[in-house]
Amino acid sequence: MKTATAKTNKKDKSPDADRYEIRLSGSGGQGLILAGVILAEGVGIGDGKNVVQTQSYGPEARGGASRADVVISEGEIYYPKTMKLDMLLALTQEACDKYYPDMQENGTLIVDSTLVTQVPTKKYYGLPFTRLAREEIGIVMVANVIALGAIAELTGIVSKDAIRDAVLARAPRGTEEKNKRALELGMSEARKIKRK
Amino acid sequence: MTRKGNVKLLQGNEACVEGALYAGAQFFAGYPITPSTEIAEGMSRLMPQIGGKFIQMEDEIGSIAAVIGASNAGCKSMTATSGPGFSLMQENIGYAYMTETPCVIINVQRGGPSTGLPTKIAQSDIMQARWGTHGDYTAVTLAPSSARECFSETVRAFNLSERFRTPVTVFTDEVLGHMREIMTVPEEGELPVFDRIKPDVPHEWYRHFEITPSFVSPMASFGEGYRYNVSGLTHDQDGFPTAVPSEIKDKLDKLRLKIERYLDEIASFRTEMMDDAHVAVISYGTVARASYQAVRMARDRRIKVGAIQPFTIWPLHEVKLREMLGNCRKVIVAELNMGQLVHEIRRVAPRHTEVFALNRYDGEVMTPHQILDKIREVL
Repeated sequence: MKTATAKTNKKDKSPDADRYEIRLSGSGGQGLILAGVILAEGVGIGDGKNVVQTQSYGPEARGGASRADVVISEGEIYYPKTMKLDMLLALTQEACDKYYPDMQENGTLIVDSTLVTQVPTKKYYGLPFTRLAREEIGIVMVANVIALGAIAELTGIVSKDAIRDAVLARAPRGTEEKNKRALELGMSEARKIKRK
Repeated sequence: MTRKGNVKLLQGNEACVEGALYAGAQFFAGYPITPSTEIAEGMSRLMPQIGGKFIQMEDEIGSIAAVIGASNAGCKSMTATSGPGFSLMQENIGYAYMTETPCVIINVQRGGPSTGLPTKIAQSDIMQARWGTHGDYTAVTLAPSSARECFSETVRAFNLSERFRTPVTVFTDEVLGHMREIMTVPEEGELPVFDRIKPDVPHEWYRHFEITPSFVSPMASFGEGYRYNVSGLTHDQDGFPTAVPSEIKDKLDKLRLKIERYLDEIASFRTEMMDDAHVAVISYGTVARASYQAVRMARDRRIKVGAIQPFTIWPLHEVKLREMLGNCRKVIVAELNMGQLVHEIRRVAPRHTEVFALNRYDGEVMTPHQILDKIREVL
């Protein structure tokens, strides 16, 4: 499985040769757009890379599959939308089915293992984000933050300090501790399943 | 690596707001419309904080009217809208051209005609920017393609409108308006900010539409003690309606020459890999970014292709464009409409150059692969 740092298959020397494309997907209300914004702020403000975050508006944004896309590069980002995903987070079966075909062959697939029961590949990471949020933190709403912790751990695309700062900057007052715990839970759970 | 300075993740629309504040905007009147609403939202939050004014008007006709009024009272003024609202504004935009009132109008383009596609991207108002209101005038239209450029082109729009006493339109699009991008907000003083020229003559000598050597007249504000008339009727240098042929011609020449004389300063382009290019892709707004990506992909396949992005769509600098096209035998004009700027490029392209149109009008962004396919097709 490929990670951000181990990407060597692209030979071109263009400024965005290290371009890394992420999609966070699930259903409306799971906080995926916010997770996309937090990830983009972590990468862009904390780590100092270039980053663009896009999303789909209109009927698609209400109910059904919801998504936030994040494109990251050390160099200038030309095309702002995703072309072939290096990483896909799917929090629902529908999102997994719909967006799996948009992935690179060696891309990283991360799914919510309690909600996504039929995964179209054997090469994936599964963690029960929603169940962890409910049982370990006590609020389902932080499933997105747990997922961000897992993404940081599994892909290394964002540094841990940067994602922590970004989560805390966006956490509503009084929820900082819960969000911090959720993020760290995501990291520690991901460490257990990470391939060496 | 940590960036220095004021780094923010901003939507294109939010960057327009920050740019407007940087340029010294003090007044915003508008009527919210997708996909431009975030500009009105941002202005409603920030204008009161700097002692400026935000008004949500009854419609877009009222909005542009209020903007023209505020500008004549001495405020740097702006509105933001999308296709249907831009159509409603046309009559009063003509009034702003005729009365030489500086103002900035941002059009976050969506699909049309009519109510069209509120949440989908298009670039189909490009000709409306040039010919939207009736009569002869010279329009200035800027087209950014990133959050950073939304900021800087909005600043530039204010500068040009103040400098030349004319409305300036900034044309973005749904994708650009809504996407969030990391940018460093320029420090104070990093970008130039221009304020309109005020009269320095005794009150009784002042002429609101004086034909000066630069064709731009100094502008007094309402209430400063100068006497003049403001009218949409073709007028003399004091602003009073005229039917004298020479005065009519002088007025219309003034509207044209105050812009055309300074084309070198107004026109702004970006080029990529044009030095040895046989094929050029011309595009603007979000599509320009797809073009840069496509050019890289084509270069990896050893195709000698380059990209030209006009930031100033109107007026198009014909001489510079011809120069940039150099020895290109083939030009592709990629736009999200059924072919608008391509007509202008056909008109100005050198005789030996073949011009191809690449169009998409299904509410989706043009992809780099689509452009790459076209490059291969025309080779």
